[in-house]
Amino acid sequence: MSGGENGGATHAVDEAERREQPAHFAFDEESERRIPDILARYPEAKRASAVIPLLWLVQDQMRRQTGSAWVPKVAMDVVAARLGMAPIRVYEVATFYFMFNTRPIGRYHLQVCGTTPCMLRGSEEVARACRDATGIKAYGETSADGMFTLTEVECLGACVNAPVLQVDLDYYEDLDYESTVRLIESLRRGERPKPGSVTGRQASAPAGERTTLLDVPGE
Amino acid sequence: MAKVTVDGIEVEVPNGATVLQACEAAGKEIPRFCYHERLSIAGNCRMCLVELEKAPKPIASCAYPVADGMVIRTDSPMVRNARRGVMEFLLINHPLDCPICDQGGECDLQDQAYAYGMDRSRFREAKRSVKDKYVGPLIKTIMTRCIHCTRCIRFSQEVAGVPELGATGRGEAMEVGTYVEQALHTELSGNLIDICPVGALTSRPYAYVSRPWELRKTDSVDVLDAVGCNIRVDSRGPEVLRILPRTNDEVNEEWLGDRSRFAIDGLKRRRLDRPWVRKDGRLAPATWPEAFAAIARRLTALPGHRIGAVAGDLADAEAIIALKDLMAALGSANLDCRQDGAALDASRRDFYLFNTSIAGIEEADALLIVGSNPRVEAPVLNARIRKRAIAGKPFPVGYIGPRVVNLTYPADHLGEGPAALRALLGGAHPFAETLRKAERPMLILGRGAVARADGAAVLAAAWRLAVETGMLKPDWHGFNLLHLFGGQVGALDLGFVPGEGGKDLAAMLAGDVDALWLLGADGFDPARIPPSTFVIYQGHHGDRAAARADVILPGAAYTEKDGTYVNTEGRVQRGYLAVHPPGEAREDWRIIRAFSEGIGRRLPYDDLAGLRARLVEANPVFGTVGTLERRGGADLRGPAGDPAAMGESPFVLPIANYYQADAISRASDTMAECARVYGSGAHARLAAE
Ligand code: SF4
Ligand code: FES
Ligand code: FES
Repeated sequence: MSGGENGGATHAVDEAERREQPAHFAFDEESERRIPDILARYPEAKRASAVIPLLWLVQDQMRRQTGSAWVPKVAMDVVAARLGMAPIRVYEVATFYFMFNTRPIGRYHLQVCGTTPCMLRGSEEVARACRDATGIKAYGETSADGMFTLTEVECLGACVNAPVLQVDLDYYEDLDYESTVRLIESLRRGERPKPGSVTGRQASAPAGERTTLLDVPGE
Repeated sequence: MAKVTVDGIEVEVPNGATVLQACEAAGKEIPRFCYHERLSIAGNCRMCLVELEKAPKPIASCAYPVADGMVIRTDSPMVRNARRGVMEFLLINHPLDCPICDQGGECDLQDQAYAYGMDRSRFREAKRSVKDKYVGPLIKTIMTRCIHCTRCIRFSQEVAGVPELGATGRGEAMEVGTYVEQALHTELSGNLIDICPVGALTSRPYAYVSRPWELRKTDSVDVLDAVGCNIRVDSRGPEVLRILPRTNDEVNEEWLGDRSRFAIDGLKRRRLDRPWVRKDGRLAPATWPEAFAAIARRLTALPGHRIGAVAGDLADAEAIIALKDLMAALGSANLDCRQDGAALDASRRDFYLFNTSIAGIEEADALLIVGSNPRVEAPVLNARIRKRAIAGKPFPVGYIGPRVVNLTYPADHLGEGPAALRALLGGAHPFAETLRKAERPMLILGRGAVARADGAAVLAAAWRLAVETGMLKPDWHGFNLLHLFGGQVGALDLGFVPGEGGKDLAAMLAGDVDALWLLGADGFDPARIPPSTFVIYQGHHGDRAAARADVILPGAAYTEKDGTYVNTEGRVQRGYLAVHPPGEAREDWRIIRAFSEGIGRRLPYDDLAGLRARLVEANPVFGTVGTLERRGGADLRGPAGDPAAMGESPFVLPIANYYQADAISRASDTMAECARVYGSGAHARLAAE
């Protein structure tokens, strides 16, 4: 599927989007505390390199302040001014990476991996569970209660425990329809279940009983 | 040098050249979209693929540096296949709407698809479509046609110096635009139309007007600023439909300013297309003989010294010399071409020329700008300064003038008026040291900076600074005057200034003459002309002065006559008639010549050749057309004027509104729309960062 259907990454600022854009943005105290460390990582002449970490900081601050982790346009302008870049150069970066949401999202960002390994292992069931449990109809939408935004992402690099659902920054793995519904229900209650495999397997070790290396000498 | 073999032809190219350049040196045509000689290399369209011996796959020749001994093939099955494949991919999301596309007939995509592509598409899926963008009143966008070559992005960033275009989103969702809808803040936006290889960016005013093969193409020169950009005038029947730049590396490279390109609808509006004579206080239509008779009655009754003439900013040298000769025949030395009152010293050419030359800017290593905003006064010349500024080697720029100016390159603001110049002269200011230390320092003095009461002093001070900081050397002339319009230098070269005992414009307006012949002179407020003065207005537009005239003689605009113009560098160039003047309007020199005959003072030339011989006689510089000899500054003696007489008032920039600066652009709806959108060129005055 094309990236264009990814709600978090549509980028044309049309009329509806303009209305949701705040008029102001300023880094808060916590962000300001972290900025010097970030800037110190890059030589003065290459300050623009800090654009991704600063946008990330913006998204984090928005999560903290509004409960929705996204990067408004004014914040991109603030980043541009801070780094001495032309604003368009920041817009380019912010819209290129799917991890930046250029429109407001729900409290929880459900990111279903739809790439081949997850797809073969049932990601379509995971997606269906997400839709059923949240009332969302299609990728890119936010649930009516503002709790969830559902997007499809490409391989999250955890295929070994496919299918995978990323919730904000946490991975939930080995999901099926029921476990996904249960996960969303607990999120709705304000709980954060322990990330990782929901079937309880350890990290990415084989599922179930050990089937190989049974005859390790000396054991 | 590296030896490279291209299709069996051996060529030598400099190290660091690209494979594409080597192929061109071997006479091989390489198709391309993203590559452009005057922009940085992007290497993203892949149309330029060639085969490199021993390489496992085709290489993008535009981005691949040559190495000695390379063997390249541009016509192998692999290359043909690769091109066909690339073309197929480019067309996958292209709407193939050539029949309704204004680029049709001059489209790189069309041409190259025809030459290198397949005759059918295998793509059966839905094509993507992209919403059109608004980027200003001059450019129409049809973004579904965009092939993401990024030329426009690189042009606006690199040449225009306004990084406002970009590529947002990624993959299939990538879009070229400004992200936040806005008109591009540049006077060079029209060049985006030329640079876009497809029909994504086209001319808004020219939309659906014509097909390229219907147009008659006439080479000419632009006169709406003093750069002398080489242009091509495209016309159909009696109408100029568009103006495009022609390549001239020494002048405009391949760029053109927006006023010069888009003011052409002004050529059709408010035109003077018949003579008019004032009768009982009102202007009434007249015939040529009636108009001439009315003038003759008045002029022949006056002594020569009570008659004056003023040459306008867009006048051609032919008309200027004819008028000067007519005035001489009438016994008048009351001539002036400095409508702005600029205290120019016409006694020596290098006192009023852009001596460094435009191409020479690239060799300079320090620059001081005094009382000028070249971005507004000469956008294409400003692009050359920017080119130098981003070329790598340090290029300190100092600027004296109003604070809120964005030149598109960094500049130190040294002050707002003559005080800063004084500080530099004394050597008290550190920038004087910067200039002195430079090998090839240059100075640009705006015409506006000398069009003031203490203009002569400013001129002399600038010259002295040039001498003091080593701008004048036998092989380098760093003193430059930046003029504003195409007719200004030609008039100075022909000495259209007060002769022996002659009066200047101020005196003529103070009532020292009883009759005034205005040759397209719309550059000053006609209310300054005393009510009793008899005014003859010869020109093409019913602009400022025509309404004040007692007799109007309809002349030809620059696209309607064979004319000679001298640009700010002193380069003599020729424009050619593209369309005939409207109605009864005539070429200007012929009008003057005909009038002279009527009063029995026939000017001694009957045709253009004779007139041009007279031009060369008046000033031999008119004998060399097109080329320019680089000047050195051997003679240090300065222009008349006392630097100590400089006043205190800050410099005022002469062009307040880029889009409406002359009779033609003031008549243009397109330019009016630009002025509305851009707020009289305010973007060039956004505070520099
Ligand atoms: S608009 Fe034209 S110049 Fe710009 S990227 Fe698209 S095809 Fe290239
Ligand atoms: S395919 Fe889903 S994590 Fe790799
Ligand atoms: S011209 Fe070489 S990649 Fe585009």
